[in-house]
Amino acid sequence: MSELERLDRFLRTDPRDVGCEEAMAVLHIYVDLTVTGGDAAEHYPGVAAHLMACGPCSEDFTGLLMAVSSD
Amino acid sequence: MAAGMSTVAVVERADPAQRELDAESADWLRRLSARGGVGRQEAEGELHARLLRIALAEVSRRSGSTPVTGPELTDVAHQAANDAMLAILAKLAGFRGESRFMTWAYRFVILEVSGKLGRHYWRNPPVTLGAGQWERLPDRLAIDPEQHAESAAVLAEVRRVVEDELTTHQRRIFVAIVVDGIPLDALATRLGLQRNAIYKVIFDARRKIRRALVAKGHLDDPGLEQP
Repeated sequence: MSELERLDRFLRTDPRDVGCEEAMAVLHIYVDLTVTGGDAAEHYPGVAAHLMACGPCSEDFTGLLMAVSSD
Repeated sequence: MAAGMSTVAVVERADPAQRELDAESADWLRRLSARGGVGRQEAEGELHARLLRIALAEVSRRSGSTPVTGPELTDVAHQAANDAMLAILAKLAGFRGESRFMTWAYRFVILEVSGKLGRHYWRNPPVTLGAGQWERLPDRLAIDPEQHAESAAVLAEVRRVVEDELTTHQRRIFVAIVVDGIPLDALATRLGLQRNAIYKVIFDARRKIRRALVAKGHLDDPGLEQP
């Protein structure tokens, strides 16, 4: 991927992006769908778009995913 | 929802009346909701032990991306487990069964770890608020101005937009997050704002910068944003 492509990926904004508050409100549902093999991104495209763009929320998603997977 | 984003981007949640609890979730709810007694104390003890285990694992996982280290990191985990425990017990009646109980419970401790690491960042910050380390922008954006003439022009345009087109509030937040690399949660704590408020500012700034780069011919794809 070229420099400009990387920059473009960072700058692109997705109108489906629901923001941190909405994404965190359903994070447990999204993670459960993910670990049970459901298509979480299809059920919650706005959350998926947000997790692609928001580093802190993506970290929380990864942390919760690892937590439930460790049980 | 972050203002400025699509009003159709609403999270739909399942009807809790249609949800049936799995056996393990139902058991946790029953034990934690019991009126006193040894059974409830045992359940609370088990839950706290699990929350602490998750918190310790989480601070360890994040140890490479925070200036918080050693015993302070362990303290963060203990505080996160304790605060998550209180929140879970206080909100037990609000559990809607949309996920397994333990996934719902773990969310509290993961978010507590995030928030506490953001607050503890300022005890020994590697960079001060307002530093404005513009010389680090090429690294931040992974663009080498020596590689192509266009790269230097792109960086100059990004800085021009930030300095000329963003509001004072937007500029302060963009510089702190993108230029100086201050973690979003740490900045939110410092400015007394919610994570979402900071994210929205960065969201709007990204869109504004991208439009400028498209107008200058550096980026030619209209992207996903709405007009």
